Amino acid sequence: MSGIERIRKKIFSRSGLRAAVALLAFVVLWEIGSRSKQWLGITLPWVGKIPAPSTVLAVWAGLLGDVGYWQSWLMSLFRVLAGFSAAMLIGIPLGLLMAVSRTFHGITFPSLELLRPIPPLAWVPISIIFWPTQELSIAFVTFLGAFFTVVINVVGGARSIDSRYFQAAQAMGASQWDIFRRVVLPATLPSIVVGSSVGMGITWEVVVAAEMISGGGGSSASGGGLGFFIWNSYVGGSYEQIVVGMISIGIAGYACSEVLRRVGGYLTPWLQKR
Amino acid sequence: MSSVPIPPADQKSGSQGAIRIDDVVKIYDPDGAAVMAVDHCSLDIAAGEICMIVGPSGCGKTTLLNAIAGFHSITSGRIFLDGELLCGPDKPLADPGSDRIVVFQNGALFPWKTNLDNVAFGPLMKGKLGKNEIYEKARGMMADAGLSGAENNYPGEVSSGLRRRVEIVRALMNSPKVLLFDEPYRALDSLTKSVMHEALLEIYYKNKVTIFFITHDLEEAIFLGHRLVIMTTRPCRPKKLLEVDIPHPRDYGVLTSKRFRELMEETSAVVHEEAKKSFAAGEKEG
Repeated sequence: MSGIERIRKKIFSRSGLRAAVALLAFVVLWEIGSRSKQWLGITLPWVGKIPAPSTVLAVWAGLLGDVGYWQSWLMSLFRVLAGFSAAMLIGIPLGLLMAVSRTFHGITFPSLELLRPIPPLAWVPISIIFWPTQELSIAFVTFLGAFFTVVINVVGGARSIDSRYFQAAQAMGASQWDIFRRVVLPATLPSIVVGSSVGMGITWEVVVAAEMISGGGGSSASGGGLGFFIWNSYVGGSYEQIVVGMISIGIAGYACSEVLRRVGGYLTPWLQKR
Repeated sequence: MSSVPIPPADQKSGSQGAIRIDDVVKIYDPDGAAVMAVDHCSLDIAAGEICMIVGPSGCGKTTLLNAIAGFHSITSGRIFLDGELLCGPDKPLADPGSDRIVVFQNGALFPWKTNLDNVAFGPLMKGKLGKNEIYEKARGMMADAGLSGAENNYPGEVSSGLRRRVEIVRALMNSPKVLLFDEPYRALDSLTKSVMHEALLEIYYKNKVTIFFITHDLEEAIFLGHRLVIMTTRPCRPKKLLEVDIPHPRDYGVLTSKRFRELMEETSAVVHEEAKKSFAAGEKEG
């Protein structure tokens, strides 16, 4: 089957069609709701105050050539990737160490459990004080968003490995290092994938909020990321741009999750072919 | 207790794997309340014998298996393999080793490795042979067991019966002296089970290893075993030994033979009695 044919099949499949119809209906209802005053003579509550999709699209089309808009994308994406990578780089080894060593677990677990319930956004003021640049404080808060989720998932995954696998590997002559590399790591991989995709979602929530609160870190509106883009549009009174910013975040978050899903699927082939 | 003589340890491969269990006691003491799982158990298993350990679920059979495999310690007594001490008073926990491979109740194939990689795992860990040699041998062994089509599948993609066969081949790749089976066919339906039994015997006839096989299924025990050791319920101790005088090689025709029925009759009362005791004990505990 050729690529185009496959895409065509996907779009015209029953579920694809259903999704398209649902999306279209949503946009049409939104359009009607937004233009309710103009078309029906009454302003519908809530939806009546939202800019219509057609005008949003028009504003969006105008923004496509705007460098500042794309810079906002890049800024947010960069912060998300920085915070997320740091969370993975520190969280995965930490989690594995906690799972492997009872002593280490005993030392670190209480502090982690105490810090974990604190919402990342509650860290914003202290990280602004703590870190020299605003960029670093945003990255740090973003990091926290994913960090705890990654650690908890890795620890949980590694600790729930069935002892049979260790016994079998040991009997077949595997060394401690072999057992770590060939049993602990692959057995924990599915939990790492789950933890990272949940963490990625939280990262996007956190980065946008952090950008709004901290003023985006950039000197101008264009350097402030998508969160600041929305906030700036709100202050500037461009409601269409607010919606454009929101949808942009939706797309960016979805794209990141999709990439992670693909990578996760590639890393855990034994879970895909069932 | 010893009815089969133990051959000397220095015999050529294929006739190694004599196990001597000498007055072994295992007391679990998790929170002060001592529970005796194995009670002064002595048993001699000859090299190349299929010894079926029969007893009700939870009677302590698995404790014995874990002691031989080196997964759990014993409280007192000794266990020997070919005259060499595995565990005893000064060394309550045997070292796990590739001379004794366990085939687990729920299977222990690594789900993240293909069947072929699973089969090649043991020799790869030992690093004595080259990679190509190991994989060649693995393919050969899988082909012998009729598993050629499943080499590149993950264990999760094939049927549970096939998985068990892959696991046995993985075990055999380590050239073990003893295979320790912990009710491996428990979860299988009876049709699959009968196929598995014949497949196991077929593999056994090609690779004469000692088989220590735990089951609570009497039919399975008589069909496969040279000898049955019927255990008392917790604490576990041999209650009755039975030689199965049906000649090997066997196939499923044996099940309908007169001798098979006689042996079933001879043993089922004993097993049933222990099962009832176990059930009553379970009710008390619950």
